[in-house]
Amino acid sequence: MIKHIIGFMLLVVTAVASATDVAETDLRQISQQLVGAKLKALPAVVKQLEAGGESALPLLEAMLKGRLYIRKSDKLIVIAERQDDGDYALVDALSAESLEASPKKRLKKVKVNNRLRVQLREIIARVTLSSEDPKIRESAVRNMLNKMSDRNLALLTKAKDIETDKKVLAVIDLALAINDVNNTNSQALRLAALEVMDGSLEPIVFNTLSSLLARDDAGNNIEADAAVHAKAQKIYDRIQQKIDFYELLEQVFFGLSLGSVLLLIATGLAITFGVMGVINMAHGELIMIGAYTAYVVQLLMPNSLEYSILVAIPVAFLVAGAVGVIIERCVIRFLQGRPLETLLATFGISLILQQTVRSIFSPLNRQVSSPSWLSGSLELNPIFSLTYNRLYILLFALLVFFILQLVLKRTSLGLHVRAVSQNRDMAKAIGIRTEWVDAMTFGLGSGIAGIAGVALSQLTNVGPNLGQAYIIDSFMVVVFGGVGNLWGTLVGGFSLGVANKFLEPVTGAVLANIVVLVSIILFIQKRPRGLFPQKGRAAG
Amino acid sequence: MNTIRNQFSSLHQLREKAPVFLAALFGITIYASVCNLWVPEESVFYVSTYTITLLGKYLCYALLALAVDVVWGYCGILSLGHGAFFALGGYAMGMYLMRQIGDRGVYGDPLLPDFMVFLNWQELPWFWHGFDQFWFAMLAMLLVPGLLAFVFGWLAFRSRVAGVYLSIMTQALTYALMLSFFRNEMGFGGNNGLTDFKDLLGFNLQSDGMRVALFLCSALMLALAYCLSLLIMSSRFGRVVIGIRDAEDRARFIGFKAENYKVSLFVYSALLAAVAGALYVPQVGIINPGEFSPLNSIEVVVWVAVGGRGTLYGAIVGALLVNYAKTRFTAIFPDAWLFALGALFVSVTIFLPWGLMGLFRGKKLFNRERLPWFKRRKNGGETE
Repeated sequence: MIKHIIGFMLLVVTAVASATDVAETDLRQISQQLVGAKLKALPAVVKQLEAGGESALPLLEAMLKGRLYIRKSDKLIVIAERQDDGDYALVDALSAESLEASPKKRLKKVKVNNRLRVQLREIIARVTLSSEDPKIRESAVRNMLNKMSDRNLALLTKAKDIETDKKVLAVIDLALAINDVNNTNSQALRLAALEVMDGSLEPIVFNTLSSLLARDDAGNNIEADAAVHAKAQKIYDRIQQKIDFYELLEQVFFGLSLGSVLLLIATGLAITFGVMGVINMAHGELIMIGAYTAYVVQLLMPNSLEYSILVAIPVAFLVAGAVGVIIERCVIRFLQGRPLETLLATFGISLILQQTVRSIFSPLNRQVSSPSWLSGSLELNPIFSLTYNRLYILLFALLVFFILQLVLKRTSLGLHVRAVSQNRDMAKAIGIRTEWVDAMTFGLGSGIAGIAGVALSQLTNVGPNLGQAYIIDSFMVVVFGGVGNLWGTLVGGFSLGVANKFLEPVTGAVLANIVVLVSIILFIQKRPRGLFPQKGRAAG
Repeated sequence: MNTIRNQFSSLHQLREKAPVFLAALFGITIYASVCNLWVPEESVFYVSTYTITLLGKYLCYALLALAVDVVWGYCGILSLGHGAFFALGGYAMGMYLMRQIGDRGVYGDPLLPDFMVFLNWQELPWFWHGFDQFWFAMLAMLLVPGLLAFVFGWLAFRSRVAGVYLSIMTQALTYALMLSFFRNEMGFGGNNGLTDFKDLLGFNLQSDGMRVALFLCSALMLALAYCLSLLIMSSRFGRVVIGIRDAEDRARFIGFKAENYKVSLFVYSALLAAVAGALYVPQVGIINPGEFSPLNSIEVVVWVAVGGRGTLYGAIVGALLVNYAKTRFTAIFPDAWLFALGALFVSVTIFLPWGLMGLFRGKKLFNRERLPWFKRRKNGGETE
């Protein structure tokens, strides 16, 4: 069976390869004419290349940017890019195959002049506009939005007739409308064009409208046509409103993103602090251990950077959890019922852990690289986009939170943990091994700190002080939300994050942090047990 | 009856405990001062000015530790933010010293300190006015931290925030202050803080005489604070405070207003810390926002824990010992200091709940009965 599949796959691969080969050989012949051609002869060659369509596109673009070279040894046409070490990384201009890097003296640049550049731009526009992929067509039109010329206009008008994709058509309409508003005199045409621009969030639309509404030095409207001016004003206001709305959304998103980090950190704290009554000052260092675990895992699997972060999550949970269990077994259990002493002892542990990491990994920051699926951003419209790493961390924090809820509510460990936190003596009387439950609870809280560390490694550099930056804020989250209540932690984390980000534009980042801290200090005066205090017997 | 009353009267306590401590303190300070000023440098008995400054610094730390012990040891309020009061006192002194520089700064501006000229400020901010007067600076040095402690304590104790909550709140307080003092716009020199001091009350800060005077002054303040605290703690007020520490609800039921006692004690302690800060700054020659960092405040708690809380002299001994160890350690193995400090935190809390002074009060270092795991075995697996 497997043999058959492999055989089939081979067949497909060769078929695909031969199909491209045909177009490529033709193109190769044409492009070889570039070798040794005089500048005067180049336009003719370039014109022929247009027939190659999209497969000639990289070559044309590289030529436009002046990155097209001829390798002297075998007259191969390559795209070259300067590397850090001064040599040039080479890629075959047609097959996109990577070649051996080479010093500059072995390459000869294909010369381009201004006339050629104009021609190249036009050809590239034409080729991309007739591309089969609507996305490429759309981005081609978008590129033209910002630099409308007569040629582009002609191209777009032609493209409009044959375009079938609605999205591309809308962008083309927009481009033509902007041109109409700026360059025609007919009132009806301009009003209709403004209608088309209504509600668009393209920056160019906003700029066009702004310059339309601008006043000269004497304070008179530059736009003479009153009807057009009034209409433009109306649309401008509407777009402005939309922009404001999206800016608000963006702030909310940043707030939620910060909140999700705080939530991840504070859930671990809420377990050790809320359930066990132990203030773990070493929590920040457990986070740091998680982040360093991500770094080490990445070093151990250099060939699969894409997935190392996924491996790092369970590993970090286990490593940080193990460290947590060791701390509990060796120190905390001897300090039961003495919260202030526990606080001091765990602080001592945090110093030791920090110094250990500093001795092993050096005090320098380490970088954990992001896999490609975590970088980039989700663009919802031209002015509003969500970066993937923040989005995933937000989802991840919620996932961890709900899994933890399930563990606490649906497993026997969770049942024991709740029993011990409510009444230790009674739990022991009915046969729960409270010591074991304590160790497991502490391990669980620490393990979640480790996971939080992996998440943080995607947002910042990994250093020995990583945990400290967030730890006071996350204590605030736990205290604000109410000790012993995970839902309080959820609400607390997000509200603190959002409050911080909303204050930031007004007050600046540092002052926002201070304002939030002070208001929590004041809030605690009003409600000493947080937003969601524990009620009933468990509250004791 | 009379003898019992005598036993508990504060003057009796003072007569009982203070002389030994005061004798030891002044013995060392006067010896060191004399050996610095009047013994020739080549003599074996010569004490260098560096040592004098170092000792002066230790005494300021001891005063700060005393302040923490007053609230922690006697009232169970674990403040992780006493560094804030210390630094505020230090900043008040620093502002006075800054104004004393006058036109001797790098930029030579007669009114504005260097960092303001550097930041292109045109005039002195309103809160810098008056700091050219020593009395005003000293008043501010007491008033600002005192007021902060009063407001914070009043808010916190009235709504009965206690235990670890209070500790975290105090930590957040000093953290917030640190963040704000790091900002240049605050007008306190931002990241670099205040430095390059020239003289205090007209005397050159670099001179040996001034160094010794500051050192003696620190010793004097420490002695005063010790005696005053001893008096307070063995007075009726102090007994109520101890009562509140041990059973706050009972004290309330008897009719004591616990929050008033706590606030007064907290303010008193903050004032001690502020004085310590004000004495510290002219000796080390710099004050910057790093003094507000939560780590500093929590280190003070460890000094008290090592010495033994609730004894006053324990805090002083702890501060001196730990800081001496720190000076030696950071010189010999700079990397190992944090290991040592961390181990100190852990071992003191587990093995020496009453600190070194606990040893001399009949509580042996390895009193097996006191160790949790022995206690548990004895009770047949009982943890509490």
